[in-house]
Amino acid sequence: MFGAGGGTSSYREVEETDLLILWGSNARETHPIFFHHVLKAVHRGASLHVIDPRRTGSAQWADTWLGLDVGTDIALANTIGREIIQAGLANEAFIKRATTGFAEYRASVEPWTLQEGERVTGLPARTIRELAHAYARAERAILCWTLGITEHVTAVDNVLSLINLALLTGHVGRYGSGLNPLRGQNNVQGGGDMGAIPNKLPGFQDVQDDHTARARFGAAWGCTIPPQRGWHLTQMFEAMERGELRTLYVLGENPAQSEADSKKSLESLESLDFLVAQDILMTKTCEMADVVLPSSASWCEAEGGTVTNSERRVQRMHKALDPPGLARDDNWIIGELARRLGHDWGHPTVEEVWDELRSLSPMHRGMSYPRLEELGGIQWPCPSEDHPGSLFLHGRLWEEPIQGAPAPFSVTPWAPPIDELNDEFPIRLTTGRRLDSYNTGVQSNLYSSPLRRGETLDLSPEDAVTLDVEPGELVQVSSRRGAIEAPVRIDPGLRSGLAFMTMHFPDDIDVNVLTTDASDPKAGTAEFKATAVRVEKVNGRRRESAGVASGEAGD
Amino acid sequence: MDVHLLDAEPATAERDAVDAFLGPPLSSWVGADRVDDEHSAHGGHSARAERHQLLPTLHALHEHVGWISPGGLNYIARRLTIPPADVYGVATFYGLFSLAPQAPRVLHVCDDIVCRCAGSEALIATLTEQIGPPGTERDGSTWLPSPCLGQCDVAPAALVIESGEAPVARELTSVHSDGLLAVMAGATLPPHRSAVPPQAGQPGLRLLRRIGMADPESLDDYRAHGGYAALRRGFDLGPEGVIREVLDSKLMGRGGAAFPTGRKWDAVAHQPRRPHYLVCNADESEPGTFKDRVILEGDPFSLLESMTIAAYATGCEHGYIYLRGEYPLAQRRLEHAIERARERGFLGENILSRDFSFDIELRKGAGAYICGEETAVFGSIEGYRGEPRNKPPFPVQRGLFGQPTVVNNVETLVNTLAIVLEGGAAFASIGTERSTGPKLFCVSGAVEHPGTYEVPFGATVRELLELAGGLPAGSSLRAILLGGAAGCFIAPKDLDLPLTFEDTRASGATLGSGVVVAIDQEVDLGGLLAIIAAFMRDESCGQCVPCRVGTVRQEEAIARLMSGRTRGTVQDELALIAEIGAAMRDASICGLGQTASSAIESAITRLGVFKGGAVA
Repeated sequence: MFGAGGGTSSYREVEETDLLILWGSNARETHPIFFHHVLKAVHRGASLHVIDPRRTGSAQWADTWLGLDVGTDIALANTIGREIIQAGLANEAFIKRATTGFAEYRASVEPWTLQEGERVTGLPARTIRELAHAYARAERAILCWTLGITEHVTAVDNVLSLINLALLTGHVGRYGSGLNPLRGQNNVQGGGDMGAIPNKLPGFQDVQDDHTARARFGAAWGCTIPPQRGWHLTQMFEAMERGELRTLYVLGENPAQSEADSKKSLESLESLDFLVAQDILMTKTCEMADVVLPSSASWCEAEGGTVTNSERRVQRMHKALDPPGLARDDNWIIGELARRLGHDWGHPTVEEVWDELRSLSPMHRGMSYPRLEELGGIQWPCPSEDHPGSLFLHGRLWEEPIQGAPAPFSVTPWAPPIDELNDEFPIRLTTGRRLDSYNTGVQSNLYSSPLRRGETLDLSPEDAVTLDVEPGELVQVSSRRGAIEAPVRIDPGLRSGLAFMTMHFPDDIDVNVLTTDASDPKAGTAEFKATAVRVEKVNGRRRESAGVASGEAGD
Repeated sequence: MDVHLLDAEPATAERDAVDAFLGPPLSSWVGADRVDDEHSAHGGHSARAERHQLLPTLHALHEHVGWISPGGLNYIARRLTIPPADVYGVATFYGLFSLAPQAPRVLHVCDDIVCRCAGSEALIATLTEQIGPPGTERDGSTWLPSPCLGQCDVAPAALVIESGEAPVARELTSVHSDGLLAVMAGATLPPHRSAVPPQAGQPGLRLLRRIGMADPESLDDYRAHGGYAALRRGFDLGPEGVIREVLDSKLMGRGGAAFPTGRKWDAVAHQPRRPHYLVCNADESEPGTFKDRVILEGDPFSLLESMTIAAYATGCEHGYIYLRGEYPLAQRRLEHAIERARERGFLGENILSRDFSFDIELRKGAGAYICGEETAVFGSIEGYRGEPRNKPPFPVQRGLFGQPTVVNNVETLVNTLAIVLEGGAAFASIGTERSTGPKLFCVSGAVEHPGTYEVPFGATVRELLELAGGLPAGSSLRAILLGGAAGCFIAPKDLDLPLTFEDTRASGATLGSGVVVAIDQEVDLGGLLAIIAAFMRDESCGQCVPCRVGTVRQEEAIARLMSGRTRGTVQDELALIAEIGAAMRDASICGLGQTASSAIESAITRLGVFKGGAVA
């Protein structure tokens, strides 16, 4: 945030903070390692507050659970912001010295009284007030979020509305106070760091605005870097629909199954002239591809390389096994591809590639391979070889005088989810993940788990009674885009009108037939979290061998 | 929490039993009907702070329903916000809880060391023949063999536990097979009967002076017999004065570990961390031990008074009595005494109008020998499995709920009344230089008058047996077991061993909790060793490897020796037993593992069991 795309706090700070908010995150299941750090804090006495429409496993650890209605996060954040201001708990000294735009923000949240917040979010006013006061009064507080915040059409504003709260209370840039998007995989952060986002060069250097950086990269690579941002994933699919994008090279992704409104996205992929897929496993996307490039598993079969975790720690990896068959390292494949396309880069080692990055990305400059080994990883930014790395970000806001630009408040208007509920589609379906499965199941469905129950439509006990359905019974779930059949599971953590599914078993039940591809105009993230559906009985039919899905076939 | 045990729902009776104890659920997320709280829930630290209610809640369910069903277990998990797997781990830790349907009336028949000497094998044979193997249900009753019930002075003994709307538990003493069969057939249970120690009424007693003389259910009678004089004297001395007297008395703990009590109190009193807790360890489960039961049943107010003094000296506001689950009369007497003391201002706010408040909570165990270990009892009270903790930190630093804690045995605490009244120096003049004061001994087995005897430290085994009337005519002494299953056998030639900490230690024996079991020539010693080995294997909590594995290997070796099918020679087996014992002694976390082989090894070395070949 404020320029650099990474969480501000370290795990150690999470363990030593006084108050933790998990907003739109079921970290206990989806970020289990991070949740261990959370539990250390809890066992030390920190209070935990979980904001999630479902009463999840994480929520059951919480001092307070706030089960807001799906897609009302901004309404809640704005209400909390107004209450903090009204109660005189805003950190005025910090606001004055380190932020801009407070007056506009204050005016924008003025309508968000506790009563209005209660009306929109469904949360009791007193519970909202309690959380507002607890967060503002805490000496240290860390706010974490995940896809419950970002898989909405208002993803960017959702995040900005949370940043507002940290600016309001000064809970950023200090030890034990910060803002942290949790990363779902061991190297999501590293992908962003390396420029695998449409508008940044490696090290979060802007491809449009940062002329110096562009020139530096151009000089190193002997070419001119075009000063235009690229397409993000959603825009790529739009370009495919328009017929503008004709060739796609997919590395380690399975868009054939992971995209919202999957019927439409499959059509798009099928319409391509040429599809190349590079993966460690034969995914659905690979099956569709014209050329499949089998690659080694980078964490155990490839020579070296690094990953970056949620606390911005760059860590070395080491080869333990030889890759099977013809699989080659990603690094080798890319080099060879370049050569055959007429650019012979040779075959540099991963360390040579890394050292080139260090020469171009100031925040990585001090991270030599020997230092990464010696220090057990280094947290960026690390501008020089005598720099220890950075425990937390934005300490500059607390320096006297502050260094760099002040942090801006944002005006974040609330808008309801695109897919409206009505009599025809009265139930709100939200999607997510479970502990023992991983995204579309390409990797995790290969091994068995005693907890994996296959895909189900999770319903509240009340809705199950109203619909007259029993656990295991097959129902039809329809949205404005399509319909699927799924067996019912009853989850007492859901309230009436709220249903839940995962996307772990797309071969079996393709949940993304239901979801909308409406996406945030700035970030391109699709609204996986808010689909309006209708659930209907299918003549009491049960699923054959109820509850057993492809994931358990290996048992 | 989110992991559900088979999605089982509680029956109405189960829900009612739990709610009657915990109060009605306040949120739909913990079991109330859904009302208007579907958007929020409170829990976390405040919910987890109720974890200590787990064991009493399991008791409430078990007492009313007779077993812990998956639905009942799920409901408790939900009410207390504890994962069901965790509740299951706790429920299965305790021998008195059944996780399978069970007849409402359960007869627990002791087949431990002393009862076996008194003929329990024949009782069990009769039950097996007439009713069926353990667990067989007939006419709403079933029977199970039990480890020592602490009724060795009135052996053989049994305990009846009957679940239902008005649950009943009753100890049956000096039982015979007709009586047991009648109970199995649904006979009305006899009233409680508290044993009067043989020395009752004799002058010069300190610990036993009121027992059999004062009504244990009358606070006024207790006061008429000198009760609460010590507390007043304690207030006059002040906290530091009390600790000084206890230090001067050189009182050593009577639970088995013999740690200086004054040093424990002094350490807790000086801990800046607050609050401090006081735990009275009344989980008297060492086979052959019943001395604390005699105090709890016969003079409960003396324990309350001594705990109040201890709390005053060490800065505790809250005390727990952890009572073993097999003592229903002691439970009734203590509950009654606590209520009376509260009514009369001897517990609660501003005791004796002083600026001092203290209250006591009674916690009942559920059949786990290990909970008598001084740190295991903390886990049990806190609602976890009663597993011992590594030391350090010691209980005086981090004990119950992680706070500085005084944990003392019943007899230890009651001694402090005499110390405060007579002065530490006078107390120290009783007994020997290094074992001061009076001591209770549980004399049982082949003697004319088994019972709890109070003697000054220094009496010999021979004197104690004489006090108990000697051996019955026709009996000849084969061995003496000192200290119970975790103790040590001695041979008849050692009868002149003085029973002090220093003398027993010097001779390689142990005083333990004061058990003295006389074993005559009729008893199958090898069989006793097999029971002891089985007991240790059964009661090992399983937390640390040397004990978990060692107790099994030890039992197997004994079984091979008993059957004559040794692996290698008899000498090989005996060497193996010695090696297993050394590993358990060196590497176990707690006293159970460290002493799990001591009685067995002593029988081999001191009595020459197995010497003449495999079969003893």
